[in-house]
Amino acid sequence: MSGHDHGSGRGGHHDHEHDLHHELGFWRKYVFSIDHKVIGIQYAVSALVFLFFGFCLMMIMRWQLAYPGQPVPIIGRFLSDAVAIDGVLRPEFYNALGAMHGTIMVFLGVVPLLVGGFGNYVMPLQIGAPDMAFPKLNMLSYWSFFVGCVVMVAGFFVPGGAANSGWTSYAPLSVIATTGQTMWLLGMVFLITSSLLGSVNFIVTIIQLRVKGLTMFRLPFFVWAQFVTSFLLLLAFPPLEAAAVLQLMDRLAGTSFFMPSGLVVSGVPQDFVGGGNPLLWQHLFWFLAHPEVYVLILPAMGIVAEIITNNTRRPLWGYTTMVYSLVFLGFMSFIVWAHHMFITGMGTQISAFFATTTMIISIPSVIILTCLIITLYNGYIRFNVPMLFALAFLPMFAIGGLTGLPLGLPASDIHLHDTYYVIGHFHYVVAPGTIFAIFAGIYYWYPKVTGRMMNPALGKIHFVLSFIFINTVFMPMFFQGLAGESRRLYDPTVYEHGVQMIGMRKMSSWGAWMLGLSQLPFILNFFMSIWAGKRVTNDNPWEATTIEWLAPSPPPHGNFAKVPTAHRGPYEYSVPGVKTDYFPQFAGAEA
Amino acid sequence: MSTAVLPYTVEPHPVTGVYSGKLGIWLFLASEVMLFGGLFSAYVFLRVGAEAAGSPAAWPTHEETHLSWVIGGINTLVLIVSSVTMVMAWASLKMNDFAKGKMYLWLTAALATTFLVVKLAFEYWPKFQHGLVPAKNNFFGIYFTLTGLHGLHVFGGIVVILYFILPGSKLWHRDKEYYANRIECTGLYWHFVDLVWIFLFPVLYLL
Repeated sequence: MSGHDHGSGRGGHHDHEHDLHHELGFWRKYVFSIDHKVIGIQYAVSALVFLFFGFCLMMIMRWQLAYPGQPVPIIGRFLSDAVAIDGVLRPEFYNALGAMHGTIMVFLGVVPLLVGGFGNYVMPLQIGAPDMAFPKLNMLSYWSFFVGCVVMVAGFFVPGGAANSGWTSYAPLSVIATTGQTMWLLGMVFLITSSLLGSVNFIVTIIQLRVKGLTMFRLPFFVWAQFVTSFLLLLAFPPLEAAAVLQLMDRLAGTSFFMPSGLVVSGVPQDFVGGGNPLLWQHLFWFLAHPEVYVLILPAMGIVAEIITNNTRRPLWGYTTMVYSLVFLGFMSFIVWAHHMFITGMGTQISAFFATTTMIISIPSVIILTCLIITLYNGYIRFNVPMLFALAFLPMFAIGGLTGLPLGLPASDIHLHDTYYVIGHFHYVVAPGTIFAIFAGIYYWYPKVTGRMMNPALGKIHFVLSFIFINTVFMPMFFQGLAGESRRLYDPTVYEHGVQMIGMRKMSSWGAWMLGLSQLPFILNFFMSIWAGKRVTNDNPWEATTIEWLAPSPPPHGNFAKVPTAHRGPYEYSVPGVKTDYFPQFAGAEA
Repeated sequence: MSTAVLPYTVEPHPVTGVYSGKLGIWLFLASEVMLFGGLFSAYVFLRVGAEAAGSPAAWPTHEETHLSWVIGGINTLVLIVSSVTMVMAWASLKMNDFAKGKMYLWLTAALATTFLVVKLAFEYWPKFQHGLVPAKNNFFGIYFTLTGLHGLHVFGGIVVILYFILPGSKLWHRDKEYYANRIECTGLYWHFVDLVWIFLFPVLYLL
C-alpha cells in the first residue's frame, strides 16, 4: 500500500513513510521485498528451479518406461532402498514421480512463472503503475507460495514418500494413500492462499492503477490475459480448497466424503462408515483444474501477442475480437470441467452438455490463434530469438488444441481416455506451447530486467534443439495412445500392445534426455548474461510500443522517473506518417 | 518520483468510485463465495446420494442430529446483532467519534466471542462426548467441516477487530479516513461471515 501504510503495519515506526527514500537493508530489499519487480524475480527464479526439478523427475521416470526393470544408470546408485531395489525403481516411487512431476510442473512451475513472474514484473510496468495495488499482500503471496513449495517437496521425506495418487489425487486411492498425500493437500492450501492474494492484487491493480489515457481497450493484450487469468484463479481455486479440506477430513478425521459404502481394497474392508462419493472429488477437482488449463495458456498467448506484433512491426490483427474471445474463453472455462469425466458413468445427458460446451470453447481459442497468424501476413518479420519461440508456439499450440477435439467428444474419448494420447495432447499445449512462450518472454524481457541482452547465438541453438527434441518426446505419444497404451502404467510391457510400442517409448525417452541437454545453452546464457551480456544502449532495445519500455532498464523502485501518459493503442507499428516504424503509447503526438 | 506513492489507497478512484482496498475485499469475498459454495454443493451432492434409511451411512433424521434450533437461533441472533454493532462502529468513525467507534468494535468482538463460546461449549463439546464425531456419518462430517470453517472465519474476524482496536488504532491519529476505510473493509468481511451463517443455520438445523 502507500507510504501511509507502513506505520500502521509496524506500530511505532513514525518515519516509515520516508522509508522508501532510504536504501533498504539487504533483507528488506532482496528477501522480504514489497517491490513488485523483486517479487516477480523471486517468483520467476523459484519457478524455473521447480520446472527443472519437475523435469528431472520425469527424466528418471522415462528410464523405467523405455527400459522396464533395468537399473537406472548413474542416478540409480544414489537411490535408497526405500525407492529403488538395486537401482530399479519401485512402483510406488514411480507413481510418486509421476504425481509430483504433474503437480510441480503445473502448480510450482508454469503458473508461478507466468502469473507470479511475468505478471508481477511486466504487468504494472505495462500499465505505468509505480507498483502493485497491495505490495505487502504481494510479498505475502510469494512467501505463502514458498511455504507451499517447501511442504510439497518435504513430502518426499515422509514415510511412504511423496504423494503418489497422480496429480489429480483421485479418491478413494488418495484417501488411503501414505502421509505424502497429506503433505500434498497442506501444500495445496498454501498455494491456493498464494494465488488468491495474487489474483486479488492483479485485478485491483489493473482496474485502479492504469495511467491516464490507458483505457481498457488500450491495454496490451498481455495485461488483458493476466486480467482474465486472475479471475480464473480467484474463482476456480476455492472449490479445490474446499475439496482439499474435505479430503483432509477424510484422511485425518475419518469422514467418508469420498468413500463409498462397503469399499474393499486388496481384500481388506476399509474402516469408513461410507455413503460418500468419489465423483464428488472429481467434480470439485476439475472445477478448478479445467480453468487451470486456461491459466496455463492465456498468459502464454499474451506473451506471444506482444512478441509477434513487435517483431512483425504490424498492429495486432483483430485486437478487439481477441479481447472478447479471451473474456469468453475465461467464462466458458468454468462450464466444461466434466469433459474429463466422460467415462465415469455420470450419464449421457450430462456428457452431451459438456461435449457441447467443449466444442463451443474451441471457437474463441481458434479465433485468437487465427488473429495471431493473420498478424504475420505482410509483416516485416525479424527472426530474433523471442520471435522464433513465439512463432513455434503457433503450430505447437495448434497441434495441442486440435488433438483435444477427439477428447472432447464422448464417443472418441472412450477409446482415448487415460491413454498416452491424452498425455501427448495436453503436453503439446503446455510444453511446446506455454513453455515456449515462457522462453520467448524470458528472452524478450531479459534486457528490461537486467539491462543486458541474452546471447542470440546460444538462444538460437537452444531454440533449434528444443524444437526438435520436444517434438521427439511428444509426437510418439499420440501413436502409443491410439494403440491403447494406458498412462500411469509402471511397466507397459505387461500388456501385449505395450510390448509392441517399446520403440515409440524409447524414442520419447531419448527425446526427453536430449531435451534436458538442450537446456544447457539456456541455463548458461541465463546466468552468464547477467554479467557478460551485451549492455542495452537505450531502454527500448526492441523498438517496442508498450509502456514498460519507457522505464529505465532495470527500473528503479517506483518504476518511472515521471508518471507516463498513454496517448494511443498498444500496437501502433508502421503507422503512415510517423518517422519511425513504431509509435509508442507513451510518446507525445509530436513524434 | 523515485518513491512509490500509490494512488487510490484512501481516496476513491474517479471512475470506479472505490478505493483499492474496498475493491480488493469484494474480490476476496467473491472467492469466499466460491469456497463456501463448493462446500454447500458437496452438502447437496452427499445428501442427495446418501444411503437409504437403516444403513449406518444413512442421512440422519432431525432427532438423530441432536442439533438444537434454540442454540443455533440464539447464535444467529448474536451474529446479526454483531453485524449491526459493526456498522455502528464504522458510522461513528465516519462521524469522527473515535471513542464510540472503539466501543462498538469492542462490542462486536465480544459478540463474536460469545458466538464461538456457545458453539464450542454447548454444541461441539457435548456432541464429542456422545460420540457424534465427524466420522460418525456424512451429516456430521459436513456439519463439522462447514461450521468449523465458519468458526475459523469468525475467529479471524475477532483477530482483525482486536488488531484495529489495539495496535492498529494508531492509524486513526495519522489518517482518520484511512482508518475508517479499513473498518469498512473489516465490516464487509464481517457481514459476509454473518451471511454464511444465515445460510448454514437453516441448512443444518432446520432442513
